[in-house]
Amino acid sequence: MTTETDEESGHYVSREPFDPRSIEQIAAGQESYFLASRRRLIWWKLKRHRLAVWCGFILLLMYGSVLISEWIAPYYYQTRNSGAIYSPPQRIHLFHQGEFIGPFVYGHDFQLNMENLQREYVPNPDKVEKLRFFCSGDPYRFWNAIPMDFHFICPAEGKTMYLLGTDRLGRDLFSRIVYGARISLLIGLGGIAVSLFLGLLLGGIAGYFGGWADSLIQRMTEIIRSFPELPLWMSLSAILPVTWSPLLVFFGITVILGMLDWTGLARAVRSKLLALREEDYTVAARLMGASSGRIIRRHLLPGFSSHIIASATLSIPGMILGETALSFLGLGLRPPITSWGVLLNEAQNINVVALYPWLILPVVPVIVIILAFNFFGDGLRDAADPYK
Amino acid sequence: MIQYVFGRLVMMIPTLLVISFIVFVIIQLPPGDYLETHIAELESQGESVDPAKIAFLRKEYGLDQPMTVQYFRWITGFVQGNYGYSFEFDLPVSEVIGDRIWLTVLVSFVTILFTWLIAFPIGIYSATHQYSWGDYGLSLIGFIGLATPNFLLALIMLYLANVWFGTSIGGLMDPRYLDQPWSWAKLMSVLEHLWIPVVVIGTSGTAGMIRRLRANLLDELDKQYVLTAKAKGLPRGRALRKYPLRMSLNFFIADIGNILPSVISGAEVTAIVLSLPTTGPMLLRSLQSQDMYLAGTFLMFLAILTVVGMLISDLLLAWLDPRIRLSGEVVR
Repeated sequence: MTTETDEESGHYVSREPFDPRSIEQIAAGQESYFLASRRRLIWWKLKRHRLAVWCGFILLLMYGSVLISEWIAPYYYQTRNSGAIYSPPQRIHLFHQGEFIGPFVYGHDFQLNMENLQREYVPNPDKVEKLRFFCSGDPYRFWNAIPMDFHFICPAEGKTMYLLGTDRLGRDLFSRIVYGARISLLIGLGGIAVSLFLGLLLGGIAGYFGGWADSLIQRMTEIIRSFPELPLWMSLSAILPVTWSPLLVFFGITVILGMLDWTGLARAVRSKLLALREEDYTVAARLMGASSGRIIRRHLLPGFSSHIIASATLSIPGMILGETALSFLGLGLRPPITSWGVLLNEAQNINVVALYPWLILPVVPVIVIILAFNFFGDGLRDAADPYK
Repeated sequence: MIQYVFGRLVMMIPTLLVISFIVFVIIQLPPGDYLETHIAELESQGESVDPAKIAFLRKEYGLDQPMTVQYFRWITGFVQGNYGYSFEFDLPVSEVIGDRIWLTVLVSFVTILFTWLIAFPIGIYSATHQYSWGDYGLSLIGFIGLATPNFLLALIMLYLANVWFGTSIGGLMDPRYLDQPWSWAKLMSVLEHLWIPVVVIGTSGTAGMIRRLRANLLDELDKQYVLTAKAKGLPRGRALRKYPLRMSLNFFIADIGNILPSVISGAEVTAIVLSLPTTGPMLLRSLQSQDMYLAGTFLMFLAILTVVGMLISDLLLAWLDPRIRLSGEVVR
């Protein structure tokens, strides 16, 4: 123990090595908070946002279902049943005359009303048709490759189970909605990929280089933003040649949706870059001779990636709605490709709303997914904001 | 102020020129032209086509010329009020269009008024009662309006209006008034039909506007002068009305630029479903049949409508808020 008085100043100076913890004790929780990575901080903040977490869960479920649509759907999406055209939804019951049976549906009695030539289906309480689980039903090719016939749920042998009714060809609407989720959800992701690419590229150029490139790109975004989106989408998808296969049309629509959406992202990227470009660490990197590409990738991108991801999440619903509107108008996807928009195309007529109201049910998943994306994106944006 | 207005007007010209070029490229892009499709169609029906007429049309509209020449001819004609020729209807475009453009303007204008009327009180309520049940409930309703596709909402409301009020289906007025001169009954019929598209289109824009207004007003309410006002003992309502509300009003006018493109988009698709005599249904048809001048004219008018609408909102804003015309930039 050597404590001495400093010769020159006459002050007391301790020769002991300094341990900061002797002054301030950091609790274990605090320490992990201070040392946590940015990603972890965002996750903690997001977790506090209940609604966003629930919506994220719904999104996860929906996107998860896309991987196993074939198992979830009780029918193959193109299976027709000429005996059940425009059949109304069948409800699942558990009890028959006070007795527990397990999940079953009442079979429908079909008759043609000769006065107005309407098909009438009446549930027959004598026909108890027990549902089967983990069963084999309609054959299909899993992911368009492996032939299988496994389903989570099937109707009783030789009977029907149309949980959400059938369309004009007697195809099960529920199965079609499950399959349609694939296209509708993918088109949002594909469109956002295109838009993200363009937005990062053009916004990055505008924000980092500035000058005439900046003003040119700025004017471009202004012009595109001042144009009503849907007519532009409509005219661009009218360009797609009729001879294209439905799959090519799908890609075409994806690109069109993305091509007009990048402006918002480009703006966000530009303004963030303009701010980050002046930060000391960027200047330091530049003075040390780092190339522009390296500065953008290593120093700038990590600074605003979370913000960009949040903005991207918020613009996916617009694309899903856009696809729905285009397909509804007959300018978008075409059968046999099935998306929610294509399904809603069948509900174009007011007679459908009056006579077969279940055909507008595909709008329910559309609403759910759009709300989920909105709330989740909001939560993500709040969580990614370091100043809140 | 005059300088600002002048500057904005001059800025509009290059914007519209670029838009017109984009529009022309778009309507030009599909392979072949209307005449080719038309000839093929007629010949498949066994009808003969007068080659002289086709050649005349082709020459008249410069379809044999390179694209830049065609564009130049189109845009100079457009400025002079000669919008070209609709091949499908065999009429000049200006006659086909008739007053469709004005009906679109009418529907959009009424929709924006409606959006304001709805969004303003709700936005204020949500901001002053932040995190209350009312705030959540109203936001949720707004969100559902945002998430429901316009066309489907239009279809359902059309059906309900027909069942509940006996409103005739489709169009902007009852069929029996179609060729009659304007009268009180005809006006009432138009109003009776107008509210459906207005509500349908309005719902999609309202949610966004409520949220932006709420965020803006909340920012303003957090400022110190509000605290001072309250500390002085100013009643709540007066402390809200006197400054924060007026500040957020500026933003409210600026927001028209944000919602106008979506209002016009919504107006198009809703008009198609409701078969309103506006630009929507005819634009769709002309796009499908490659009637390029008709489609181009519609697209161009929609763009002009948007750009002019944004200009008006910017000018209003500059008139309201001196900071904007002094710095020469729009603060959003």
